Amino acid sequence: MSTTLVPPPQRKRETLERAVIRFCGDSGDGMQITGSQFTNTVALYGNDLATLPDFPAEIRAPAGTLPGVSGFQVHFSSSDVYTPGDSVDALVAMNPAALKMNLPDLKPNGILIVNLDNFEEMDLRKAQMPSNPLEDHSLDGYRVFPVELTKLTRAALKDLGLDAKSMDRCKNFFALGMCYWLYNRSMETSLRWIEDKFKGKLQLVQANRMAMQAGYTYCEATEAFQITYEIPPAKLSPGVYRNISGNSALAMGFVAASQKSGLPLFQGSYPITPASDILHELSLYKNFGVITFQAEDEIAAITAAIGAAYGGALGITTTSGPGMALKTEALGLAVAVELPLVICDIQRGGPSTGLPTKTEQADLLQALFGRNSEAPIPVLAPSTPGDCFWIALEASRIAIKYMVPVIVLSDGYLANGAEPWKIPDVSELPEIPVNFENNPEGFRPYKRNPETLARPWAIPGTPGLEHRIGGLEKQDVTGNVNYEPLNHERMVRLRAQKVAAVVQDVPDAIPAGDESGDLLIVAWGSTFGPVTAAVRAQRAKGRRIGHVHLRHLNPLPKNLGDVLMRYDRVLVPEMNMGQLVMLLRAKYLVDAVGYNKIQGKPFKQSEIEHKIEELLD
Amino acid sequence: MSSATLPPYAKKDFQTDQEIRWCPGCGDYAILSAVQSVFPELGIPKEKLVVISGIGCSSRFPYYMNTFGFHTIHGRAPAIATGLKITRPDLEVWVATGDGDSLSIGGNHTIHMLRRNVGLKVLMFNNRIYGLTKGQYSPTSEVGKKTKSTPYGTADRPFNPIALALGANATFVARSVDIFQQHLKDTLRKAAAHKGSAYVEILQNCNIFNDHAWESFTEKDARSEHVVQLEHGKPLIFGKNRDKGLRLNGLDLEVVSLGNGITEKDLLVHDQHNPQPAYAFLLAHVEEQPGLPAPIGVFRWWPDQPRYEDTVAAQIRDVQAQRGTADLGKLLHAGDTWEVHA
Repeated sequence: MSTTLVPPPQRKRETLERAVIRFCGDSGDGMQITGSQFTNTVALYGNDLATLPDFPAEIRAPAGTLPGVSGFQVHFSSSDVYTPGDSVDALVAMNPAALKMNLPDLKPNGILIVNLDNFEEMDLRKAQMPSNPLEDHSLDGYRVFPVELTKLTRAALKDLGLDAKSMDRCKNFFALGMCYWLYNRSMETSLRWIEDKFKGKLQLVQANRMAMQAGYTYCEATEAFQITYEIPPAKLSPGVYRNISGNSALAMGFVAASQKSGLPLFQGSYPITPASDILHELSLYKNFGVITFQAEDEIAAITAAIGAAYGGALGITTTSGPGMALKTEALGLAVAVELPLVICDIQRGGPSTGLPTKTEQADLLQALFGRNSEAPIPVLAPSTPGDCFWIALEASRIAIKYMVPVIVLSDGYLANGAEPWKIPDVSELPEIPVNFENNPEGFRPYKRNPETLARPWAIPGTPGLEHRIGGLEKQDVTGNVNYEPLNHERMVRLRAQKVAAVVQDVPDAIPAGDESGDLLIVAWGSTFGPVTAAVRAQRAKGRRIGHVHLRHLNPLPKNLGDVLMRYDRVLVPEMNMGQLVMLLRAKYLVDAVGYNKIQGKPFKQSEIEHKIEELLD
Repeated sequence: MSSATLPPYAKKDFQTDQEIRWCPGCGDYAILSAVQSVFPELGIPKEKLVVISGIGCSSRFPYYMNTFGFHTIHGRAPAIATGLKITRPDLEVWVATGDGDSLSIGGNHTIHMLRRNVGLKVLMFNNRIYGLTKGQYSPTSEVGKKTKSTPYGTADRPFNPIALALGANATFVARSVDIFQQHLKDTLRKAAAHKGSAYVEILQNCNIFNDHAWESFTEKDARSEHVVQLEHGKPLIFGKNRDKGLRLNGLDLEVVSLGNGITEKDLLVHDQHNPQPAYAFLLAHVEEQPGLPAPIGVFRWWPDQPRYEDTVAAQIRDVQAQRGTADLGKLLHAGDTWEVHA
């Protein structure tokens, strides 16, 4: 392979700090695989990166149509990367529909590689294009490279004896080979992946390998590209890295929590986009004793997890917004019986079925308040894909320490997006102490730990601890059913105090950037990337801005009120209609303003910057 | 704990200090008494017994049982019990539920628990009415029944709980009656002996909202004419003078009088282990035909079906044997990694 790594010397080689590339085509064109392959390759090379997979909810919409377009964007750099990139340097479009949907994001003079074979009249009609963009000068502002991807792939594979359909399924690897050449990347990682993926299917191994090599060689031979690009490795802090998506990080975080607590992990789940990958991944980890239970519905998923927690397991359930709605009553039960439980809501666009594959942050108020009566629950939110690992550990630790259900609010962008992640040393992970009650002497089911207000975890099978719990209001200490007015008020307040006591485990808010100044941005969840990038850029222009990114949404850090007062203005960008901003205004009487985007897409850095400028100029 | 070291339990060991809040005369008292009588015989340490319930009159049951108990939410007891049983196969988990809890709001969990064959014993108190909400019709109420929510009569066709459980491929399905104490205890013992899901319908009277619910079965003079007791290996005989029987006629059952050339040999002999699903279905639907008696006892007992929690545990053991001991560090480093040097 090494001979193909170096482009012929006559080509100009330009070194860039960063590049954004997007692959787009039909949902059957393998764009997610192509993007993931490119991502792994640049990750292993040592670039910092962020990705944005963007795919339709339909598995295969009619080929060539606008609803069927699937895309995968990678931003890779020799310096820090916080977002998948506002706009694209290079766009690979496999058909006119993909071109039409994605062209608006391509930078002026950007590289545009299109599959010429898919620009027949019928293809244009499916994409509702009145004329051929390759002929009508509408692409004049870009560097267009029309390539006969289908024909060239077929030609490369003609001796393998495959049918046309099978050959055509390899054309994404032809395009991938071209991009590797264009960005001076080795094909090693993808060659290894192909061997592994199609193990035992020699013909497919050969076909994909040959298609990718043909794409690479095509660029070398045809002089279509006069320039290639080099993006040197980033200077990440020393350590061993891997690429990680949010869902994968959550799955591994729960395995870590199980190991660190010594409790068996039980996941009850019902398949739902974009949370299902957590179930897929945890179901692989049976050698860790993980029990995954694909329940008959969302309600059974959470109630089975409650049953497991009752028996002394680390019970978790994973879902998305519509599933959260169904779990509501059971959440109330978990609050009432005071058992540890972790509920992950991988948020997506709503209401109702909404936008299953698109991201949103609109379940915050549901997580905080969406239950009958007073049923407070601690809420945590990871800010990057890698942070999902740490949030899973922290949520499990809080649940066990305080004997409470804990909600984790991730979202579709974190779930499917990926970033390089420094692998922690297992011995440095926090321990999660578990104290099962085993002393019948003076045992009372609702006698509380004075510090945490947690009740004892008295699991079935422990001699002398036979007792009854349930959803009916109970007397404090004894746990006996009790309907007395003053006892009820006492219990409501106790449950609230217990959740408030979790603040002992919430670190103070320390603003990134300026410690006081003109503007504080308070944000949560997956907006971390674009907000961080925007604050850096604006501070470089001399503005005095701080950024608090909340990982704990209930309880909030105890110093948050003080921090809010140190700035002239407070801005809260959210992918919803203004949920956190409403809380901050209500709780701290601060004149915070919201900045809201509800498009199923993450904020762009430029959008946040624009808002900052609008506020401060 | 081996049974040798097990304390000699008595009925009172399973009674709690809680004031029982069922209406005087409720059939639930009889069921509670039967369960408290049978539990000491099971040879199971008290702390290993768990009673889980949903919502409804029947679901107050755990409060009155001195075992571990969990009074949950409406319809969800089978799901909560499933989660507990998968993670703690060492426990003996019983579910107390009713016709509304198990067949209406919790119908989905009931059928899925049964198809998985989770090792749970389910006592379904069937009084054909909603008691705790004060008298609305239930999914087992007869067509046309006038209740608070159906002043002009119900339009719904009822479930046949036995047929429903059989349809979900339940491996143990039985029926007993609250006031038939000996029969009830005997049925509970059999359910306790079954390893997989045991579904026991207990016909129960609600003397407040649906009094005489099962009168044709329970009334002294009528019961022998209207009830046929299923006994494994024995012909289906009933009647005050035990002079009637059920005979197979094609795909149906018919009542015949013994004598005049008809002997016990002509009658259907009950086989609770019959591997043909159709057999138990035939029995389940007998009572819907005019003039035919309602069977009580064990309709189906398939003892050798794999239990869900055992299969789950075996799979974990197999994977552990294949892939070796779990190593978190290895898991985190799986796949492609790269090192950044200082």
